[in-house]
Amino acid sequence: MRPKSLALGCAVMATALVLSGCGSGTASGGKTKLTIGLFGNFGYAELLKEYQAAHPDIEISDRTASYSDHHKNLAAHLATSSGTADIEAVDTGYVNQFKATPDKFVDLNTKGGDQLKDRWLPWKWEGSLSKDGKQIGYGTDVGGLAICYRRDLLQNAGLPADRDQVAALWPTWQDFMAAGKKFQEKAPEGVKWFDGGPTVLNAIVGQASVGYYDKTDKIVVGDNKEIKDAWNLVVDGVNSGLSAKLLFSTPVWNTGFKQGQFATVTCPAWQMAKIKDQAGPEAAGKWDVTSVPGGGGNWGGSYLTVPKSGKNIDKAVELAAWLTAPEQQAKVFKSAGLLPSTPKLYEDPSIVDYKNPYFNDAPIGKLFTDAAKKLNPQYQGPKAGDIQTAIGNAMQRVEQGKQNGEDSWRQFVGDVQK
Amino acid sequence: MAVIDKTVRRHRWDTKFAPYGYVAPYFLIFGVFGLFPLLYTIWVSLQDRNLLESDAATFVWFDNYAALMADPYFWNAMGNTLSLWLLTTVPQILFALVIAQLLNRKVRTRTLFRMGVILPNITSVAAVTIIFAQLFGRDFGLFNWLLGLFGAGQIDWQAGTATSHIAIAVMVVWRWTGYHALIFLASMQAISPSLYEAATLDGANGRQQFWRITVPLLRPQIIFTTIIATTGNMRLLAEPLLFNPGAAAATGGSDRQFQTAALYLYEQGFTKYDFGYSSSIAVVLAIATVVVAGFGYLVTKRIRTE
Repeated sequence: MRPKSLALGCAVMATALVLSGCGSGTASGGKTKLTIGLFGNFGYAELLKEYQAAHPDIEISDRTASYSDHHKNLAAHLATSSGTADIEAVDTGYVNQFKATPDKFVDLNTKGGDQLKDRWLPWKWEGSLSKDGKQIGYGTDVGGLAICYRRDLLQNAGLPADRDQVAALWPTWQDFMAAGKKFQEKAPEGVKWFDGGPTVLNAIVGQASVGYYDKTDKIVVGDNKEIKDAWNLVVDGVNSGLSAKLLFSTPVWNTGFKQGQFATVTCPAWQMAKIKDQAGPEAAGKWDVTSVPGGGGNWGGSYLTVPKSGKNIDKAVELAAWLTAPEQQAKVFKSAGLLPSTPKLYEDPSIVDYKNPYFNDAPIGKLFTDAAKKLNPQYQGPKAGDIQTAIGNAMQRVEQGKQNGEDSWRQFVGDVQK
Repeated sequence: MAVIDKTVRRHRWDTKFAPYGYVAPYFLIFGVFGLFPLLYTIWVSLQDRNLLESDAATFVWFDNYAALMADPYFWNAMGNTLSLWLLTTVPQILFALVIAQLLNRKVRTRTLFRMGVILPNITSVAAVTIIFAQLFGRDFGLFNWLLGLFGAGQIDWQAGTATSHIAIAVMVVWRWTGYHALIFLASMQAISPSLYEAATLDGANGRQQFWRITVPLLRPQIIFTTIIATTGNMRLLAEPLLFNPGAAAATGGSDRQFQTAALYLYEQGFTKYDFGYSSSIAVVLAIATVVVAGFGYLVTKRIRTE
């Protein structure tokens, strides 16, 4: 409410920084200080220790913010060319916006990135490549896509709990909704089939051959029948009472895991760490993972960028390359469950045979690498993140009973074509 | 002679210019942190400017303002801002008057109470909003549980326009009432007891004394707090932003039902990177704040002794 006092606080801090001459740069004792700005859980704590042990001249401090705070702060810092960390993580949902201004970042191709190109899935490499061929970030993980489900809830509603049988329930999203209607008949009060319409819709949209944009960066979602069909399907699910109406990644959604308010949730690899955190140890073994309707898919995944305003660009590039190397991605997969973006690991037995004990020993290594191999990458336009927000809002309007499916769709299409 | 002359001259110089020196720090700081940002914002608002590409900015003069005047989402945000201004400012001042009146009595441990009313104000706004968002939760919120005891249904506070405005107003009122109460309390203590004694002799009861003596004599403070509260409440940002966390936070609800003008500015500037447009919103909002504060002044100025 009082931005003024905030501004004053910043001013005082800025003055203090100038007076004491600090900021990022060389720390006492001749060590190079690197900062790394992250969001959510990248699983880097151990890796950073390992890197510092191997490089005694480097001191790394990491700072982690929430998903949207991190990206908005990054935009503000880039705008003023100050306050950026030496390495900044960027999510798929924002990378298109940032790669539209590649000059704010170090072109990694000029720092040996073109030599490393073959590490990554081709579409992952292209995801952070600007129109004029500058590489702004090294790929960390990809999302992949699966469905996480509560074994006990499905069983109690008379559905199978075994993951192969569950997968057989839903070869397509239509089947998924049909299974949901069966589930809902016997579900206890307050337990729904899926967490929220926007989450499910996001997964289906991600599988479409064309998403919100065509390849010339024209917004085509208004005439995209595939997306409209997906919309209608989810609206029908919502109207049939299958949705717990909890918005993805909000405190009430977190509570939903704790309270067991929904039986299924679309599950990119990074989601599993969230579920484990939110549902807690008492839900161990209740959750399981199986394949997603409609084949493969991808939701999310990130990049490590090196802003040009940093003071230790070369050392930062070196660290970013190390963190995203296959060896390190394999470690992150095992510690935090993030799916590697380096296809070499998809054949590695230590990845493929990996089972997650929290999720009832689900063979997530095989499940996610299979999904990643099947993935048909969709072209993302410059403001895909904004459009995703708008369609999520539109679905929420239906869930909240503010509008019917048709009116809300029309408003959404009008909003994004402005 | 010459020495005395010099001293006199220095003294004259001192009395003439020193006062400017004493007030200069304020004006320097105001110039750097107040006036410059204001002028800079106006300058940016005349440009077509991406937040990340300031070099590629072009002058478009009043195009941003023309677009703004025709933007239904801007007017929606202004409507929400005015509604929240009314829902926060009026209760804030009325509750603060009542609380100050209560604290002005001889109660035990009144210092403790007086300190206590300021506590909500020094609490972090982010923490307050997150806690309140939980209290206003749809499925497991305390307020819905309380309402449930009286047989009322589950309210989805974030979904409705009125309900979301009420929820946000509660947060703001809770946070700022104590602050205003202390200002009123300080002035109440300066009112001469003889006025009340005379009123008591004339047979005026407590309520009459409050409305006919206390409130009119607090007029300058009421005007002051109204203007302070108005400038704060016209640019509500943190409360509506954090009331609806998640990726869509900047839109202020699924249908922008509680998106304030400051939040719309934030959305345009920091999610759409339209820095020029966002700055024009800031300028219009500043003008609107002056107008509304002027209105508040005219209303509170009418408080009179009879």
